[in-house]
Amino acid sequence: MPIRLTSEQLHQIRKQGEATYPYECCGLLLGHIVSDEKVVAETYAAENAKEEGAQHNRFLISPEAVRKAEEYARNQKLEILGFYHSHPNAPARPSQFDLDHAWPFYSYIIVSVKDGKAEDLTCWRMRDDRSCFDPEQMKGAESAVRHPESGVGSSELGV
Amino acid sequence: MALTVLLPTALRHLVGNQDAVLLSGKTVAEVMNDLVNKFPELRKHLFNNEGRLRNFVNVYVNDEDVRYMQEENTPVKEGDTVSIVPSIAGGNIAAIEETFAGIELSNDEIARYSRHLIMPEVGMEGQKKLKAAKVLLIGTGGLGAPLGLYLAAAGIGRIGLVDFDVVDFSNLQRQVIHSTNDVGRPKLLSAKDKILAINPHIQVDTYETMLKSDNALDIIRPYDIVIDGTDNFPTRYLVNDACVLLDKPNVYGSIFRFEGQASVFYAKEGPCYRCLYPEPPPPGLVPSCAEGGVLGILPGTIGLVQATEAVKLILGRGRPLIGRLLLYDALEMKFRELKLRKNSKCPLCGENPTIKALIDYDQFCGITPPAAAAAASKEKTVEMTPEELKDRMDGGTTPIIVDVREPHEFDICRIPGSILIPLGQIPTRMNELDKDAEIVVHCKMGGRSAKAVDQMRKAGFKRVANLTGGINRWAEKVDPKMPRY
Repeated sequence: MPIRLTSEQLHQIRKQGEATYPYECCGLLLGHIVSDEKVVAETYAAENAKEEGAQHNRFLISPEAVRKAEEYARNQKLEILGFYHSHPNAPARPSQFDLDHAWPFYSYIIVSVKDGKAEDLTCWRMRDDRSCFDPEQMKGAESAVRHPESGVGSSELGV
Repeated sequence: MALTVLLPTALRHLVGNQDAVLLSGKTVAEVMNDLVNKFPELRKHLFNNEGRLRNFVNVYVNDEDVRYMQEENTPVKEGDTVSIVPSIAGGNIAAIEETFAGIELSNDEIARYSRHLIMPEVGMEGQKKLKAAKVLLIGTGGLGAPLGLYLAAAGIGRIGLVDFDVVDFSNLQRQVIHSTNDVGRPKLLSAKDKILAINPHIQVDTYETMLKSDNALDIIRPYDIVIDGTDNFPTRYLVNDACVLLDKPNVYGSIFRFEGQASVFYAKEGPCYRCLYPEPPPPGLVPSCAEGGVLGILPGTIGLVQATEAVKLILGRGRPLIGRLLLYDALEMKFRELKLRKNSKCPLCGENPTIKALIDYDQFCGITPPAAAAAASKEKTVEMTPEELKDRMDGGTTPIIVDVREPHEFDICRIPGSILIPLGQIPTRMNELDKDAEIVVHCKMGGRSAKAVDQMRKAGFKRVANLTGGINRWAEKVDPKMPRY
């Protein structure tokens, strides 16, 4: 299922990744499903609840924060479509840790931030059998998006 | 009993695009089981291989997180709303993956670790993680002995050992890494020999020193996990503080007589030792194993709980003892568990930490360094050496000898003519003694008798002295035939 974002929304995600560097940023993607497409209405920045020492390579959005975002989304008549986070000084590829902690259906956008500057931005969805992530097509702001070249197979992730 | 279970968007496509389902059960666990039985596709997303809820799956009953109620055993009733709420975790751990990416296992190693490799929870990947892992054992005594043997056998690639002691006969009852013919050898050498005899594929680093504030950070820094096998409070706080400052997990264990404790202190993910015990106990209140004794098998049990936790942390499998204190009672043969919370006011790992570097731990624990203690004790207590006592006995001017040990210690050995009054009975029984008479008090090593001397002086005894070094020193200097324990 492709996901549609505006270039403004993508810019927001990159900006947040740069602002929180060298720590990881994280947030939610809220929107609707319209004729088999996830349409993002807004990005919702979340606080990284991981303790400070771990924030350079971990993020956590606590269940309380997710409930708050859910409530906000309900009031706005939106749904949670996925999440985004940054990989400071690391490629925009899901890690084994990402896979171990992923939910099905949700879109996972990863932005790589190298030395404080946002670079690649990719989008992924975990297979329902939890075996690996597949790249998810991003629409609506092609010029700003570099699509991942290949799927991340289980061998590549060492699953 | 019907109740509503609300599902996050992530799971709706697996239950026919419903956002809620009606289920039954008396507890959260029963409801969750009913859910995955009706919708088997959900199981792998909600439960891990051990059948426990995944750590990013949170369950609320009405508006309460069940973690703050009775977890899976939280009761539910008709009409309740159970919500499954995701917490979203992830992140880049490429650095950790890279550390074992270059690790290979030889055919010899594959044969050796076969029973691990055929378990899906370990496999080649897990065994490589174990080989890439660096674990530091503080102490090669009761806890360090089984830890060293089993971690070596399990294939931990690099094991560091910190100790400065030599093997003594009294160690052999529990410190199974040392043998009878090692008595008198440095523990480090003895332990290293045994570890390499079990597994020559691993690296053993030895640090023949006492862990102190000025060397702890440098010794600990290269390791991934620290295992505390020490038996004194200054070192325990030192290890804890150094691990928090360096972001390392500290696998803790302690033993006394028939009881033991274990936990994993990892400030990144849970409480530290200071969250549990902000202050050390007053010096002398908690007896050490040398004073109180320990069942020889007990450190085996606790040390292997620690070894298990270390291996789980390395493999990233199961539920670690973070935030839980395991209590073991060998006489009852019972394990209990206490939940530990991170203390937001903890001076070390709380929200506004005040401890940002290592401190003087002897001072923190109220223990003055040996030289100062000796100077202080000279002022306060009068000491008599075993040789002086022997001269007095030979010269026919024997003072009254009071033994403040316990009756079962009195059975092991005694100084001829001594009177047994265990320390705990001194306050009520000292009036059996003449206040003006010359008295010498002893115990095993001199600690308990110093307390007795202090109490007696305060009660008006004027000529009371402490036998330096206790009956152990007596046996060493005066009566070599007497057993030492």
